Amino acid sequence: MRRKAVSLLCRVPRPSTIQRPLVAPIVSLPRYYSSHGPPNAKLNLPIQYNTSTYLSHTAAATLANPELPSSIRTSGNTARQNLYQSINSALSTALSTDERAILFGEDVAFGGVFRCSTNLLDKFGPDRVFNTPLNELGIIGFGIGYAAHHEANTAIAEIQFGDYVFPAFDQIVNEAAKYRYRGAGDFNCGGLTIRMPVMGVGHGALYHSQSPEAFFCHVPGLKVVVPRGPVQAKGLLLASIRERNPVIFMEPKILYRATVEEVPVDDYELPLEKAEVLAKGSDVTIISYGTTMYTVEMAAKAAKEMLGASVEVIDLRTIYPWDKVTIFESVKKTGRCVIVHEATKSGGVGGEIAACVQEECFLRLEAPVSRVAGFDAPMGLIFEQFNLPDVARIFDAIKKTLEY
Amino acid sequence: MLASQSRKAALNAFRSSSRKPLAAALSVRSISVDATASQDAQAPEDPDKPFTVKLLSQSFDAFNIEPPSLDFVTTKNELIDMYKNMAAVRRMEFAADRLYKERKIRGFCHLSVGQEAVAVGMEKAITPDDQVITSYRCHGFAYMRGASVKSIIAELLGRREGIAYGKGGSMHMFAKSFYGGNGIVGAQVPVGAGIGFAMKYLGRPNVTFALYGDGAANQGQVFEAFNMAKLWDIPVVFGCENNKYGMGTSAARSSALTEYHQRGQYIPGLKVNGMDVLAVKQACAWAKEYTTSGKGPLVMEFLTYRYGGHSMSDPGTSYRTREEVSWMRTNQDAIAGLRTRLLDWGVVTEDGLKELDKGVKDVVDPEVAAAEAAEVPENSRKVLFEDIYTRGSEPDWLRGRTAEETYYYKE
Ligand SMILES: Cc1ncc(C[n+]2csc(CCOP(=O)(O)OP(=O)(O)O)c2C)c(N)n1
Ligand SMILES: [Mg+2]
Repeated sequence: MRRKAVSLLCRVPRPSTIQRPLVAPIVSLPRYYSSHGPPNAKLNLPIQYNTSTYLSHTAAATLANPELPSSIRTSGNTARQNLYQSINSALSTALSTDERAILFGEDVAFGGVFRCSTNLLDKFGPDRVFNTPLNELGIIGFGIGYAAHHEANTAIAEIQFGDYVFPAFDQIVNEAAKYRYRGAGDFNCGGLTIRMPVMGVGHGALYHSQSPEAFFCHVPGLKVVVPRGPVQAKGLLLASIRERNPVIFMEPKILYRATVEEVPVDDYELPLEKAEVLAKGSDVTIISYGTTMYTVEMAAKAAKEMLGASVEVIDLRTIYPWDKVTIFESVKKTGRCVIVHEATKSGGVGGEIAACVQEECFLRLEAPVSRVAGFDAPMGLIFEQFNLPDVARIFDAIKKTLEY
Repeated sequence: MLASQSRKAALNAFRSSSRKPLAAALSVRSISVDATASQDAQAPEDPDKPFTVKLLSQSFDAFNIEPPSLDFVTTKNELIDMYKNMAAVRRMEFAADRLYKERKIRGFCHLSVGQEAVAVGMEKAITPDDQVITSYRCHGFAYMRGASVKSIIAELLGRREGIAYGKGGSMHMFAKSFYGGNGIVGAQVPVGAGIGFAMKYLGRPNVTFALYGDGAANQGQVFEAFNMAKLWDIPVVFGCENNKYGMGTSAARSSALTEYHQRGQYIPGLKVNGMDVLAVKQACAWAKEYTTSGKGPLVMEFLTYRYGGHSMSDPGTSYRTREEVSWMRTNQDAIAGLRTRLLDWGVVTEDGLKELDKGVKDVVDPEVAAAEAAEVPENSRKVLFEDIYTRGSEPDWLRGRTAEETYYYKE
C-alpha cells in the first residue's frame, strides 16, 4: 500500500485559535418564515411572551413560587435570562456540584448550536465538556456506559436536534430504559440525561421542527420532561440530571430566546412528575406543555372574553410518567378536557391522556375529551404555522367542548 | 484504589486517547498538491479530438488496490464543459447566498462553494442511468443531474416553479436517477446500498454513488452499509466528501482515522484530490468500471473544502481561521486550477475564457431572475391543499383546520 496521501492542506497556516474558537451559533434562532394570521386576525395574533402571565417577569413573581426551596426564595438572588441561558446556568451548576458529571454531544464544546453550553469548556475543561463524533447511536450508548459505571455516572448527552435522536432509538429503548430492570437493581444508568431541542421553530421543515416525545412516552423506564420557560428549564433540568433514572429532557427551541424570566441564580430543583396549574378555572381543563402553553394562554383569554368561559390551564411539565392526580382532579371538577400539543395527533401524548381521563373521570365528563395537535403529516417547509396548533384551533376546541 | 483515584486514572486514559495534539491533527492532510500546477500538454485544433494529459502525481492514494492511471484522455470540449459546469454551480450558489441574505430564501440552506469539482467530475464520469444519492449539500448535484438553475433557485424561494414545487426547500431536491439530498446525516448511505442492489438485481450495468461527509462517516449505519455492500458485491461507490469539517468540528477531532478511504477495511479505497475536477473524473470512471464489473463496492474519499459556513447561519470562522479559508481559495480552488490549465494547454485564450465566463453568467443569471420573478404562491386554499397527494390522485375532499375549511378537490 502506498502511503502517500493526496495533499490539500499542507501549507495552510496553522490556525492559532482553533483550540478555543469564539462561539458562534451554527443555526441562528429564527424569525417566523411565514405567518398565517391575516391582517384582520382576531385570534391568531403574534404571541406576546413579554407579557405572558405564564412567565415571571419580576424577581418578586419568581420568588413567589412555592415550589422553590425557601433558601432561594429568601435570598432573592435572580438574573434576567432567556431559556438557553438558564439551561447554561443549570449545566454549569450541575457540573460544578457533581465532579462526576460530564457533558458531551455534537459541537457542544463550542457552545452548541443553540449556545446552551457556551463557556462550559473554559470552565470545566475538555475532560468534562467535549465534542463527540457525529453518531447519535454511539453518543447514547457511550452515555449509558458512563452512567452505568459505579463510580463515574452522571452523563449529560446532547442530541443536536430532537429530529436526530432516531439513530439512537435502540440504545434509549432497549438499553437505557431497561438497564435497571435487567441489572436486577444492581446496575442502572440512571445518571443519564439526554437533552435535545424540539418543536417548531417557524421554518424548520422536515428535520428541524419535529416533536418526538410520544415515542419515548411508550417506554417504561424513561422519564420525559419539557419545560416552558427559563425558570422551569433550570429547575427541571437540574432535577433531571440528578434524578437516578434516565431522563429525556426536551427543550422547545423557539423558546430558547423568546422566553425571558428572572431566574434564581443559585442551585434549585423543581419537581419531576408533577404538573403545574397555571390558571384556576371551573368550566374546562386545558392540558399542554412546552411551546403551546403560550398559544393556550391566548386561547383561554379569548374564551374568557368572548365566551365568558373559566378555563383551567395545566402545564404537564413531565410528560411521562405524567401527573394523573392533578389532571384527574381538575377534569373531575370541570367535566371538560382539551389537550394541546405540537406533535402529530395519532399515537400522541394527547391520546393517552384522553384515554386515561375517560377511564377515570367518565361519569364526570360533560363532553368528549378533545385534542388539538399537529396534523398527521410531515412538517412542510412553508406550512409550519398551519401545521401547529394555533389560537383559533384551540379556541374552536374550547368552544365545541363547552357547547357540546 | 480510592474511588477518586480510579476516576482520575480513567479520565487520564480518556484524555490521552481522545485528544490528539493539534500538529498531528493537521499533518494528516499535510502534503502538497496544487490544483493549479499543470503538466505540459498541447491541445489539438479539433475540439473533439482526444488528447492525453498527465494528472498530478499526487492525485490519488489507493488502499488495497492499484490506483487509476495518471494519463487522462480528454478533449477540448470536455474541458470547457467542465469549466462551464463548475462556474455555473458556483454562480448559482452565490445567487442562493445573496437571496438568503436578502431574506428571500429562508430555512436551512447549505452551499457547496469550493466543492464544485466533486459534483462536476463525478457526473462527467457517469451516465444519466447511473444513480446518485447525497446529503443536504445537494444543489450542485441536483444541477449536474439535470435540474435547471431556475427550478433549484425557485425551490429555495418556495415558489411553485421549484423542483419540489417549492415545498421541500434546500435539502430535498430530486431529479432523474438522483435520490435527493437528505437531511439526516448518514441516512442516505445504506439507502445508496439498496439502490445499488436494486440496479444489480435488475441487471443494469450501472454504478450507484452514495455520497456523505467526513462527519457523516462516523455514523454506524455507514459501516452497516459497507458490510452489506461487500457481502453482496453491490456495485456502489461510497464517496466521502471530506471538506475537513462537520459543522464546527474538524475531521481530526471527530474521526480516529481520517483516512476515510481506508475505512471500508475489507473494501478497497481511493483517496482523490477533490479540488481537481480531472482527477475526480478519472477516479469516478475507474470506480464505475471496477464496481460494475462484479468486483463489489469501493470507498472513495474526495479531499475538498467548503469556503462558506456550514449553513447560512454559520459565518464559518469560529472553528477555523480566516487565513485557512483564504489560503484554500487562493491556492487550491478547483475553478481557478482548471482555468490555468485551459490556458497552459492552449484550450482557450484569455479572451476565450472571458467569453466562457460571460456565457455562464448569461445562462445562470436569467434563470435566477426568472425564479425570483416567479409568483409567490397565491394565498389560497387551492395552493394550500395542493401536493398533499400526488397530482391527479387526490381524494374528493380533505379536512382543514376546522370543518368549515374542508377543501373539495373536485368542485
Ligand atoms: C443524524 C443527524 N445528526 C446531526 C445532524 C445535524 N448536522 C447537520 S449537518 C452536520 C455536519 C455534517 O458534516 P459532514 O458529514 O462533514 O458534511 P458537510 O456538512 O461537511 O458537507 C450535522 C451535525 C443531522 N442533520 N442529522
Ligand atoms: Mg464535512
